[in-house]
Amino acid sequence: MARFSFFGEGLPGIDLGELKGKLIVLEGMDGVGRSTHIELLKQWLETNGRAVLVSSMTRSTLAGKRLRQAKEGHTLGSITMSLFYATDFADRLENEMIPALKAGFVVLVDRYVYTLMARAIVRGVDSEWVQDVYRLALKPDGVFYLRVGIDELITRVLQGTGFDYWESGMDLHLGEDMYDSFVEYQSRLLAQFDRMVESYGFDVIDASRSIEDVFGDLKERVLRMLDQRAPQTTS
Amino acid sequence: MKIYGKHRFPGRLFIVEGIDGSGKSTQLSLLHKWLESQGYVVFFSEWNSSPLVKTVTRRGKKKKMLTPMTFSLIHATDFADRTEHQIIPPLKAGAVVLADRYIYTAFARDVARGVNPEWLRKLYAFAVKPTVGFYFRISLDEAVRRLRAGRKALKFYEAGMDLGLSDDIEESFHIFQGRIIEQYEKMVEEFGLQVIDATLSIEEQQAQMRQLVTQTLTDTKKTRIRRWLDLASLAKGSQV
Repeated sequence: MARFSFFGEGLPGIDLGELKGKLIVLEGMDGVGRSTHIELLKQWLETNGRAVLVSSMTRSTLAGKRLRQAKEGHTLGSITMSLFYATDFADRLENEMIPALKAGFVVLVDRYVYTLMARAIVRGVDSEWVQDVYRLALKPDGVFYLRVGIDELITRVLQGTGFDYWESGMDLHLGEDMYDSFVEYQSRLLAQFDRMVESYGFDVIDASRSIEDVFGDLKERVLRMLDQRAPQTTS
Repeated sequence: MKIYGKHRFPGRLFIVEGIDGSGKSTQLSLLHKWLESQGYVVFFSEWNSSPLVKTVTRRGKKKKMLTPMTFSLIHATDFADRTEHQIIPPLKAGAVVLADRYIYTAFARDVARGVNPEWLRKLYAFAVKPTVGFYFRISLDEAVRRLRAGRKALKFYEAGMDLGLSDDIEESFHIFQGRIIEQYEKMVEEFGLQVIDATLSIEEQQAQMRQLVTQTLTDTKKTRIRRWLDLASLAKGSQV
């Protein structure tokens, strides 16, 4: 019996029984420290002898570069943008994640289909439609949702790189300036994520704490998951 | 919004489908000229032509890096861009839009590649339903005969070489296009496509198309568009 399954129809030509590794997803808004924790997890797992592959959004060989360029032009319609992201995602799923899972790797994914769905829905794309599109995806072993409230998020962005066009949802014309727009856009995204906690069984981690505390939590949960799901296939 | 389904735009959308060699592009361009001569504002949109996405598709094909799934999604992306930029705006403005290949091409090809048919129909749920969809029916042998007469080498994906059906490109093309015809035939009823016998003379086929198209173009539509055209040329300072 295959340990993995698809959300829906899935991909043609994939034998799920061949997938052995672990698929672990970190989700959360920009600025919550996802990439930091992915990097920490990677180092920690590798130190412990696990082979790790990291897969990040818009980094596919097929569509990544062009997708990042297209974003700069600000000319993509919302459905087109969703499908361009879906192409990037499918290319990484088939050419990065699945081969690594076959080889028994721990695959750490920096944002999975949930971010893609949340962004699309906030941009007015039909939520049922975008969920249907991602019926092609594999269900991950675990989704860790790094959560911070909107106030904390604003402070972090101000301390960090400042407001960015897309992260502020400027294409949606939500507010008079980037600040207003950022608050409104991020609040809407946050609401989408919070809605998904239950429907997709996210493991919520309070990311407003120190990096050490958050990482401690993550480590503990990942460890539990690896032990639990590893080689035993008795039942 | 966002799931357009059967559109309520004032414009009209006519599309042609069929395998390569069925003569559908010839027929569409004849229809195009005729509609323009009748005073309609006509827009033309071609499969796989969005400037934004085309480079990715071309590179993916050239380097043979497309799987059935990414092949499907990159074409859906292209189609979405054309829907949002080339198809919906003219339809809203009351123009006539002509499309050479439409979602049925994706359904036929992608299913022939093993992609799930129900999933594909959901994927393309955002597409505008055509006013009339023409399917140019032709046998595989006849299409191949025509292609041989006028064309260069078969292309990798067009022949379904990515599926490993045969090492021989000619044979692979036969098997793959055969599967595509099978899918088209199934869709005739599902989507109410208008079948045109592609072995009839060019004139006869065109006469059938014009007759069907005429039925859907009311007089009101035409005069309104005419007036708009007149205004447009007045603005440019030329006489009509």
